[in-house]
This record gives sequence, C-alpha cells and structure tokens, in this order.
Amino acid sequence: MERVDNISRFLTMMTGDEKHDLASYSTLDVLRVLYERVLDVSPENVDDPRRDRFLLSKGHGPSAYYAVLCDQGFFPETWLAPWGTFESPLGYHPDRNLVPGVEISSGSLGHGLPLAVGTALGLRAQGIDSRVVVLVGDAELDEGSNHEALELAAALGLDALTVVVIDNRSSSYTVPGRIAERFATEGWDVATVDGRDQKDLEKALSERGLGVPRAVVATVLDEEEAA
Amino acid sequence: MTVTELNPHTLAGDPRTQFARTVTGLLDEDPSTTLVLAEISARFFGDAVHRHPDRVVNVGIREQLLVNVGAGMALTGMRPIVHTFGTFLVERAFEQVKLGFGHQGVGGVLVGVGGSFDASRSGRTHQAPGDVALMDTLPDVLIHAPGTSAETDEVLRRAVASEGLHYVRVVEQTNTESFAGPGLHVVRRGSGATVVALGPVLDDVLAATADRDVTVLYAHSVRPFDDATLRALLAVPDVVLVEPWLAGTSARNVADALRDVPHRLLALGTRRTELRHYGSPAEHQRAHGLDAAGIRRSLESFLG
Repeated sequence: MERVDNISRFLTMMTGDEKHDLASYSTLDVLRVLYERVLDVSPENVDDPRRDRFLLSKGHGPSAYYAVLCDQGFFPETWLAPWGTFESPLGYHPDRNLVPGVEISSGSLGHGLPLAVGTALGLRAQGIDSRVVVLVGDAELDEGSNHEALELAAALGLDALTVVVIDNRSSSYTVPGRIAERFATEGWDVATVDGRDQKDLEKALSERGLGVPRAVVATVLDEEEAA
Repeated sequence: MTVTELNPHTLAGDPRTQFARTVTGLLDEDPSTTLVLAEISARFFGDAVHRHPDRVVNVGIREQLLVNVGAGMALTGMRPIVHTFGTFLVERAFEQVKLGFGHQGVGGVLVGVGGSFDASRSGRTHQAPGDVALMDTLPDVLIHAPGTSAETDEVLRRAVASEGLHYVRVVEQTNTESFAGPGLHVVRRGSGATVVALGPVLDDVLAATADRDVTVLYAHSVRPFDDATLRALLAVPDVVLVEPWLAGTSARNVADALRDVPHRLLALGTRRTELRHYGSPAEHQRAHGLDAAGIRRSLESFLG
C-alpha cells in the first residue's frame, strides 16, 4: 500500500495540462505492472546495454509515467511539483536527455513504435536479448508511420518487441476489436486485456511472442477515476 | 514514390557506386556500423547483407520507418548509415530526422542520392534541390556534398568515424579534381572577387572564371561553413556563391562570416520556380543557369 500511496501523492504534486490528465491516468496500471513486476530496468542498471527498455510513445499526459519513475527511484520527488517550469527537467512531453530512465523523447505521435523496432534491431545486431516494450495509444495508431513499423516487426520476427496499446476508444473512427485484428493480421501474437486489472496485465505483459512480436491491447474505458 | 532507379549502366566508378563500395568496407571493418535501406540501392549490397544479416536492414518502401529504425539503432549505441533518394530521406521523413535523431540527441549518417539534377528525366517527385536548406534548419548537422568518388569515400569514412548527425549528398555530377578534408580549399588566388563553389560545380566555376582575376574557393563539406577562410582570403568585398541546390542556401553563412564587412553577394543556385521539363541533368543545370555559360553571364552582370 505504501507504493500506491506514494504514487497517489506524486500525482497530486503535479498539476498542469488538464486536457491530458485523463490520458495520463489511463496508463498508470500498465506502467506500474511493467516497472514493478515485468521489466528488468532500474536506476541501478539504467546504463547497462542489457537492460530491458520501456519506450513511452504516447508522450502526452506523462504524469503517471513520472510518478512511477519517481517511485522507482530514477529521480527525486522534489522534481515533481515544479514540472513544466523553465528549470524543470520534467515537461508535458518527456525528454530523454533531461530525465534519467526515459528511453525516448516523445510528444509527436507515431514515432515510438518505429524507434522501438530500430532499438530491437540494434539490440539483435549486438546479440542482446533484452525486451523492448513500447506504449502507444489507440488514437495514436491513426498515424500511418505505425503501420510501416508493425509490418516490418512481424516480417523480421522481432520477438523481443512488445507493443502495449492503451485502448480508451479515443480515435475518432474507432471500430471495436479492429486494433487486435490488425496486429493479428500482420502475424503478431495478440492478447486483449482489461487495462485496469494488474494481475491480467502482468500475465499478458510477462509473455514474449515466440518468433513473432507481441501486442497487448489494454482496454481502458472507465476514465472517471482519473478526474 | 516509385521504385524507379537511376540508370545502372551509367554508374561504373561514379560517386554512388563508390558510396556502396565504401559502406560495404565500413560494415566489414567496424561492427558498430549498420546500414538501413528502403529498397533503393539494395542491389549494391547483396554481399553486405550476406555477410552481416543483422547489420544491414532493408525496411521496404517505408521511409518514415527507415529513418526511425536508424535512430532506434543509434539509441542502442550503433552507428547507422541511412540511405535512399535525398527527397524521400530528408524531405518526406523530415520529422523523423528532426525528432528521431536531432531531438533524441543521437547521431547517424544520412546518405541521400539524386540531389537536384540526377533525376532530371523522372521529374520533380525525385528531385531534392531543397535538401541542404532543410537539413540546415537543424542544429549541429554536418552536411557534405562530395564532388568526386574519392571525396565521397573520404567524407563517408570521416562521417561514420565521427559523432553527430551527418547528411551526405551523393550525386552523379563530378568535378575533375579531388580535395581532402573539410573547410574551404583554395583553388585559385586572384585580386578581385571571391567565388565560392560548393559541391560538384567546381569545373563549371573554373571554366566560367578562366579569364577573370578572381579567387576561387571550394568545399565539399559545406556545414559547418568555413567562415575563417572566406574572411582571410577576401581581396575585395565581392562574393559569388555557386551551389547546386536552392539558391541562397548558404547566403546566411556568408552574411555571418562577413557581418562586419560591407560587401556585395551574388548567390547562385537552383531557382525556386518549378522547371516542369524532363531531359538530361546538363539541360537542367543549364536551365538553372548553373552551367559554365550561365555562371559566366551572371558574373558579367554582377562584376561587370
């Protein structure tokens, strides 16, 4: 419970961009499961080439991300309250050059998955079998650049790669079930889970695809608790 | 885009073939080097793919992915060489260049072929006269426009061995003479105006200035721009820039270099108006006034 209390306290320390608040909280359970139970990445191995990588592609609304990174000890909690101010390393979109533990600078949508494919290929070329997990939003998949990446990832059998899609039906032309179908059509190993159920998330995120990349569609439809 | 390729029968010994030869060698020599392709030029790299299947990746006709795969590899500590037609590499995928490399703060070597004139018969879709100006909007990018196969080899080796983000513009037009190293090289000293030739326009500049008492400077590595040499060798404050891409691209560099020197500048390059003609590279150079006769006419008008 101490951890939950900490993260809750960290979130209340951050204020700002109201437009993005809902989106940030929709990622919280996935982020906690990844950092607390699944990925081998911590302040101790953050410079180790063999660490697992988490790439936040959906860079807007990063307060939940910052809260989890802070809770994991990547930076002190004194960084949180002044986020978004001139001297703060924490902005409304994260910058990998300013924040320990942040693997990519994001904000413009549709870059994280292609960068994750490149990261997985770079690790493969060095004989490193670490996992690369990238989080995208369902509306972010509107960006065509994602489709270039998900086709190639399947074609090259990038089984180190996992995409987590936070599906809160925020795309204007959403079709229920289509995201999972699209990944499956391209040959990905796909699971659809409740994005609020940490036990199901842990199970889904702990598995790697066998010879193919894995997609976990985390459905998050109840936004009220984030308000 | 289409997958139309340049005529393979014109390539023997040219800068693009040299690019393939040099990069194949670098892949053999340095295990941190990777090559990312988007179909274009893949036919040059069959042996390299065979020898280094994990370090040579053809992403298909996916240029946004091309650039970000290179950037992702750079995030893992590798040195990517990323290649396709210049227009698809830095114009179509500019945000990937800006954010994937620039904003992430990782380096790589982007190699664009085609330039302003190679695809004269293919039309505007395959031409990139604005590539240097566009790349020049990013901080600390090193831009190279080698004028010979030897310079192509030297520039690529230097770019891959160093750090940061490089753009190498490989085209079919060549100069006769090769120069080693970055910065402005003194081709000829005179007591009149200074003519600065950037990239493969030097032969035409030398022909156009043969009977003039001018200084001719040449660079194939055009960013950073060599302010110091221009200032040091200025005889009279008349400068003529000749660059085989968008006219005026380097005018701001001359203005910066001579900011405390009252001077006149004539900036020659490709014109903004779309040509809407096909034909040969030489015809396109002529249409933009960048052949020897065109440069000569511009010099007569500017210098008298």
